[in-house]
Amino acid sequence: MTINEIHEKLKAQFGDAVGPLSEPRIDPFCVVKADRIVEVCRWLVTAPGIELDFCEDLTAVDWPKRNVIEVVYHLFSYRHRHGIVLKVEADRANPVVSTVEGVWKAANWMEREVYDLFGVTFEGHPDLRRVLLPDDWVGHPLRKDYQEAGGFHGIPNVRENPLVELRRLDEVRIAERARKAPPPAPAAAPAPAAPPAPAAPKA
Amino acid sequence: MEKLILRRVDRNNEEMLLNFGPQHPSTHGVLNFLVETDGEVMKKAIPDIGYLHRSLEKIGEMVGYPGFMPYTDRIDYVAAMFANEGYALAVEKLLKLAVPKRAQYLRAISCELCRIASHLVSVGTMATDIGAVTPLLHAIREREAVNDLIEALCGARLTYNYHRIGGVAYDAPTGWKDKVLAFLDHFDSLIQEWDRLISFNEVYIKRLANVAVITREDAVSYGLVGPNLRGSGMDWDLRRDLPYGAYPDFKFDVPVGRGFRGVSGDAFDRYYVRVLEMAESSRIVRQALEKLPEGEIAAKVPRKVKPEPGEAISRVESARGEMAYYVVSDGTERAYRVRARTGSFLAMGIIEKISRGLMIADLVALIASLDVVAPETDR
Repeated sequence: MTINEIHEKLKAQFGDAVGPLSEPRIDPFCVVKADRIVEVCRWLVTAPGIELDFCEDLTAVDWPKRNVIEVVYHLFSYRHRHGIVLKVEADRANPVVSTVEGVWKAANWMEREVYDLFGVTFEGHPDLRRVLLPDDWVGHPLRKDYQEAGGFHGIPNVRENPLVELRRLDEVRIAERARKAPPPAPAAAPAPAAPPAPAAPKA
Repeated sequence: MEKLILRRVDRNNEEMLLNFGPQHPSTHGVLNFLVETDGEVMKKAIPDIGYLHRSLEKIGEMVGYPGFMPYTDRIDYVAAMFANEGYALAVEKLLKLAVPKRAQYLRAISCELCRIASHLVSVGTMATDIGAVTPLLHAIREREAVNDLIEALCGARLTYNYHRIGGVAYDAPTGWKDKVLAFLDHFDSLIQEWDRLISFNEVYIKRLANVAVITREDAVSYGLVGPNLRGSGMDWDLRRDLPYGAYPDFKFDVPVGRGFRGVSGDAFDRYYVRVLEMAESSRIVRQALEKLPEGEIAAKVPRKVKPEPGEAISRVESARGEMAYYVVSDGTERAYRVRARTGSFLAMGIIEKISRGLMIADLVALIASLDVVAPETDR
């Protein structure tokens, strides 16, 4: 079945809850209303002839301009070798989407990852914890407006450029050599070079 | 995690909470497992990952499209070719770019050689984890030979950065084909030696057969891919079933776990599927070298890679199973979103379920048989 045929069947079953298929910009997708996503997924898994048994990918994309976070579901059927891409739009200020963990177990960890990196809460998820970042991390890094906190528990995330320190040592050595060198003709005696100030550490 | 630990403190019985890792030789990288045990039997093992998280997906949004290619190597450093190829395929799909035939063949050859190298590490370390140290040395010896071949091709032994958007970086050097064929002649006989050395060793089979059984339904539902999925009896291989690149031109079999020494889906099946896959990879490389067409090794790619707005997903059969790249473009020189879906991350999700009732020693067999690589889970 092509993606168009699956989409038509989905549309016939759920009506307005399923948006139109995006114009074919390489891989098309369709937007599903957030409150119907679990129902839609459950139907896609069980409907004869469709049976999308493999949740290939579940991720999110942040769109601050439209003020939404899209949760993206890539679904595939091993038996029929077809698939569809679904999207759910959640409000950026308070993104909440129902969990599809009951449909595919694979969604459990992928939803945890989306929660961790985008801050989307999956309602009904049995174990919604951060998965990649530490439990006490502040913020959700894959959001477009994420600001780095400038370190974690005293571990800085910037360091001094080692080249700055090497250059300072070089200059000290050059100055030393100039001081030890035999003094040139007295008429052209230059003032001794002042050692350069050490590089200020970066904030 | 802290909550999990605190919950266990006031129990006054035989139960214990063990930290398995993060610095443990059998965890294949920096992984941690919180193991709830009752004597020698595990109640469950809760994976705690993220020690190697380097936010590669965020980096993908910051560097340009071609600039992300070396970073993909770091997603899975044991089998870096596949991450290269998957990312290249996704961007090529966005650019609607056709890859020259010779480049596709070189990609297939390099990937299959890399699969042999990766599976050698997998089966070798698995033997070590079980307690047999010698096989690892044999495996690493052969992997060195593969690394030499790949080094001659692209100059690197671990993080290859060989594939490019639109093709590959270098053509095969003169005389390389004969070197590869000589290695494959030697390697094919080695698989039988490997079987005699370790695969059908009575102790080894006892440790692996009927241990940590994953049913086919569970494997599909938990999103396992690659040898882990095939080990559970699912006859599915992207290279055969949704072929990409040069794969439609090759004939090969897909080994499926049918309960070689125990029931289908046990640790031994997952292990032995990998051993058989190495022989199939060798077959593919031979065919590709024989048919290797002349011509360009890369398509004409504009200096500034700027795909039209849109999104694409590419899927490749990596050594650790299906690897998918989801790339969103907003029409600028940088990707709006890069997502790498990896096999190891999802394989970690099933450990909590399968570990229930296993012996502590068998947790090592379970992790090794799933072939989990820490940078791939964490990215």
